[in-house]
Amino acid sequence: MQEELFISGRNIPNIDPYLQVWHWPISVYLFVGGLAAGLLFFAAIVTVMGKADVYKAAVKNAVIIAPIALTLGLMALLYDLTHKIWFWKLYTTVRIESPMSWGAWVLMFVTPLSFLWVFSYYSDIFEKFEGKYKFLEKFKFLDTFEKFLIKNRLYMAYALIPLTIVLGIYTGILLSAFNARPLWNNAILGPLFLTSGLSTAAATIILFAKSKKEKHFFSKIDIYLIIIELGLITHMIMGFYAGSQVQLEAVQLLVGGDFTLMFFGFVVILGLIIPLIMEIAEYIGYKIPAAIPALLVIMGGLIFRFVMVEAGQLTRYLY
Amino acid sequence: MRYAMVIDTLKCVGCSDCVVACQTENNVPIGYCRDWITEVVNGAYPNVELELKSERCNHCDTAPCVRCCPTGASHIVDGGIVLVTGNDCIGCGACIESCPYDARFQHPDGYVDKCTFCHHRLKDGQLPACVSVCPTKCMYFGDLDNPNSEVSQLLKNRKHKTLAPEAGTNPHVFYLI
Repeated sequence: MQEELFISGRNIPNIDPYLQVWHWPISVYLFVGGLAAGLLFFAAIVTVMGKADVYKAAVKNAVIIAPIALTLGLMALLYDLTHKIWFWKLYTTVRIESPMSWGAWVLMFVTPLSFLWVFSYYSDIFEKFEGKYKFLEKFKFLDTFEKFLIKNRLYMAYALIPLTIVLGIYTGILLSAFNARPLWNNAILGPLFLTSGLSTAAATIILFAKSKKEKHFFSKIDIYLIIIELGLITHMIMGFYAGSQVQLEAVQLLVGGDFTLMFFGFVVILGLIIPLIMEIAEYIGYKIPAAIPALLVIMGGLIFRFVMVEAGQLTRYLY
Repeated sequence: MRYAMVIDTLKCVGCSDCVVACQTENNVPIGYCRDWITEVVNGAYPNVELELKSERCNHCDTAPCVRCCPTGASHIVDGGIVLVTGNDCIGCGACIESCPYDARFQHPDGYVDKCTFCHHRLKDGQLPACVSVCPTKCMYFGDLDNPNSEVSQLLKNRKHKTLAPEAGTNPHVFYLI
């Protein structure tokens, strides 16, 4: 039996019982960052494949979410900083060893690109407004700019593919880079968060898609992504069980601990397995509203980020 | 020059004088601390072992906080001391998450704060505040690169340990056991 007591300063409310410095904004950011990365990735890949006319929601309608999500995510990140007025220091340094530094730089490129991408479809999305408001005609330069963007859309797509993959993986690596938090400290977290981000993005596209063909196509992609994600989660849990004492104790939070219901109930079963079954059933031909599995996947993705951020901060080295 | 601290767990009585001295010397805001005392009880009566020790930032050689810092606010200065530049720190908390010893905290003013080995006192040739006040004289401070220094001699002759060496941080606060 070992018992540890803090008999001095550390039993004070501002520091103990544990140092939880990352709150809900971080979970929200990790979710919307992955979602935006996935949406932009699909938009770019569909464009590069030359299928922009077929999968309209992927390149146009759903992507509107991306700049909004990134803006919200960046605001959430800023909100969680405690020394806010110095945030610009992020952009006066490049530190390759620090995931947060290169994540900030990737966001610096992806966020403007996401706005430019949506703007390049401006007149397509808002065709209803065309000619309706006379004062808009004064801004002719916007037209010229839009034409310039449309011409360079393919180049934007080529730039976005690697950038969004890095952004998607980064949301996981941000956590896995901390060996002091054993639950985060596993190399599978990057690919897992990337897959989860892509899966929530595919689900969002399903929500926005109007044509049956597009819904079907992204349902199929989502099925593959969910299967991969389930595999990666199994892999992660197995990795913990093959790990050291600190990792064994960390995984107990997810398996048989405080976060079991949240993790297995809401993330794995309600957020992955049930939508997987529904999407497969729908694919075979059963009549199921496509929005239900899509919403479940999105909800599961959000809860997954919350579980990982909250639970990770409870785990630590014992000495 | 490599500063290190050696703490004799056999002599520490857990009086918390080091904690109070640090708070006074460094003007640590109320409700926070840069060092603290732990009491570890092993076994069950009548076979009980008790270990008291004063803990703080370990000023690691391979400091994860310095690696994770996105702005370079956390840095290592001469003598291996890990410091934080307040006006470079954005308060993102990455260093706090990365520290296996939970030695850092967010100062109410926003930046991240922690033990500095009393860097400002060392420049004047004084010992860190905690070491200078210890009533049982269980804390030693000095240069590890100098084989004749008190800390080098203690580590040469006494059984000692560091905290969580498996975290790979190469800490520089040693505990005599």
